[in-house]
Amino acid sequence: MRAAVGSAAHGKFTGNLVDVTTGMISREIFVSDEIYKRELEQVFARAWLFIGHESQIPNPGDFFSSRMGEESVLLTRDRQGQIHVFLNTCRHRGMKVCRYDQGNTTIFTCPYHGWGYATDGKLVGVPYFREAYHEKLDRPKWGLVEVAQMENYKGSIWASWDPDAPAFSDYLGGMRVYLDLLLDSRDGREGDAEVLGGIQKWIVPCNWKFAAENFVGDAYHAISHRSVDTVGIAPGGKGRTDDGTTRPKRYAVSFPDLGHGTNTTIQMLENEPYTPIYPNVSELQDYLKREYEERQQRLGNMSRLLGSASTIFPNTSFQPRQPRTLAVWHPHGPTKTEMWRFVFVDREAPEKLKDLVRRYHELSVGPVGMTEQDDMENWVYATSASAGTIARRYPYNYEMGLGGGQPSDFPPGLISDVPSEKNQRGFYGRWAEFMDASGWSDLYPKRVGR
Amino acid sequence: MTPTGSKASLDELLLMREIENFLYREAELLDERRYEEWLDLLSDDVAYWMPMRRNVKYGEWEQENTRPDVDMNWFDEDKGTLALRVRQIRTGVHWAEEPISRVTHVVSNVRLLEATPSLEQAGEVKIACSFIVYRNRQETETDFLVGRRKDTLRRAGDSWQIARREIMLDQNVLLAKTVTVFL
Ligand code: FES
Ligand SMILES: [Fe+2]
Repeated sequence: MRAAVGSAAHGKFTGNLVDVTTGMISREIFVSDEIYKRELEQVFARAWLFIGHESQIPNPGDFFSSRMGEESVLLTRDRQGQIHVFLNTCRHRGMKVCRYDQGNTTIFTCPYHGWGYATDGKLVGVPYFREAYHEKLDRPKWGLVEVAQMENYKGSIWASWDPDAPAFSDYLGGMRVYLDLLLDSRDGREGDAEVLGGIQKWIVPCNWKFAAENFVGDAYHAISHRSVDTVGIAPGGKGRTDDGTTRPKRYAVSFPDLGHGTNTTIQMLENEPYTPIYPNVSELQDYLKREYEERQQRLGNMSRLLGSASTIFPNTSFQPRQPRTLAVWHPHGPTKTEMWRFVFVDREAPEKLKDLVRRYHELSVGPVGMTEQDDMENWVYATSASAGTIARRYPYNYEMGLGGGQPSDFPPGLISDVPSEKNQRGFYGRWAEFMDASGWSDLYPKRVGR
Repeated sequence: MTPTGSKASLDELLLMREIENFLYREAELLDERRYEEWLDLLSDDVAYWMPMRRNVKYGEWEQENTRPDVDMNWFDEDKGTLALRVRQIRTGVHWAEEPISRVTHVVSNVRLLEATPSLEQAGEVKIACSFIVYRNRQETETDFLVGRRKDTLRRAGDSWQIARREIMLDQNVLLAKTVTVFL
């Protein structure tokens, strides 16, 4: 396959850039400026994107600086306690109105000419309003630009710039139960997670989709992590993680009509007894065992669902247990990505457990993490080695487990044995639909039967 | 004692020379990839901490750095986990360090902050220094990690051991894709 950007095959922008039926995907989509610019419009300005977590802004006046696509946004809690997401740019001449990572304020005062915005986005201060504007400036019209839609789902805050986007729960679809594994308590109660202070942020010269597709379902890259598997960083001392079950089974679960996907571990038996986590920390065993048993009681058969790496289309990925983190792959250009990682913990967990969880994550995830360092190496050199004139002529191969996928009640979704590239094909199929669609009317209600 | 930085006594000069020699030797071990020998320079109870640095409003300094033992930090480690990192490099399949980086540690602005119980018989010292760590790997991949350090050194026989290291890296969003070097 030789893919030409914007070739007219089937009258679509993506032409033969993405062919999920044969599993061929052009390298162009990882390196081309033109495709990247279109992604910002067609994917990032339409999709639901992760902003932050309620626990980061507990009090009125609290704010957290986040990102959507390439742009800075402010997550705020106003004086009335309402949560908002605003574009972080002054309506007068564009200056960034807030240059702090987080904090508490009554007003965002623009450093350029002093327009002041309240935490609900209203323009409340205009220097020389009487003398220079003769009170004619229509202040209500010139508040901060607010997202078209915002959703607080179990404490996680999501937003979209597109008023036509479907409700977040429809956007999430069947992926919801997997996201719940991250956001609910480990004992099965709804919500009740919090984000630890300190958001990892780092720049990686790779295309953002390498990270997204890795998390959507790449159970094939064991060799990448051979060094950490050899050394052993899990709480029990062996391998990368030991938080689960003595009888694990893994599946790839795809939601191709939505673009989401996950690998999940399940417990084979519902009545499996507690498998010690942090086995060397005896003081925590009572708590962890009780947590496990309450989970079984509350969730029944669903307690067997343990989850693993996952991606919510387009650029939010997470792992729900160990590690228990959410990552956002913020694009900075076709070959540059700003990666963010939030670490989650049960709010009511004992301090000792929180401390161990924190240390485990410092050791394993992000640019300093012994596991993830080796992922970045792959994504960086895959990007640069794909950029060449000759290299671009040769598509990537996503044939593994072609076709595939069985509808399943448990684990819920379209399941395949691992490893398979069913999830990746689902992700890129949806990506192509976004790139070709003229708007949400082409994208939702979703096409059935693909 | 708290050195003033004004007129140094002979004891202070001798102690400073000893400490500088120690820091330079440490840097040399790291640059020469003699990581196990470097681990021997750490006390068994070493605390090795590098916070993330936030942009905060003037005066809200308590929020500027992530806190050890509470928040996520770039590093908040003990000797055991640092030894794991050394072992990972030694596997030869730690792709982020394979092929291995070329690294140079430049340590300067060394200052003696405190010597206990005394300058003459210092058993423990607190020192500050600045560092530039240059890392180059593959063909053109290059990182500069620049910042300041505060170390607590403890006398061990005729040398010293590092008992505590605070690393203030002057970056908000980390500009290196990975940090696989010791600072
Ligand atoms: S740019 Fe903000 S007040 Fe002028
Ligand atoms: Fe990985």
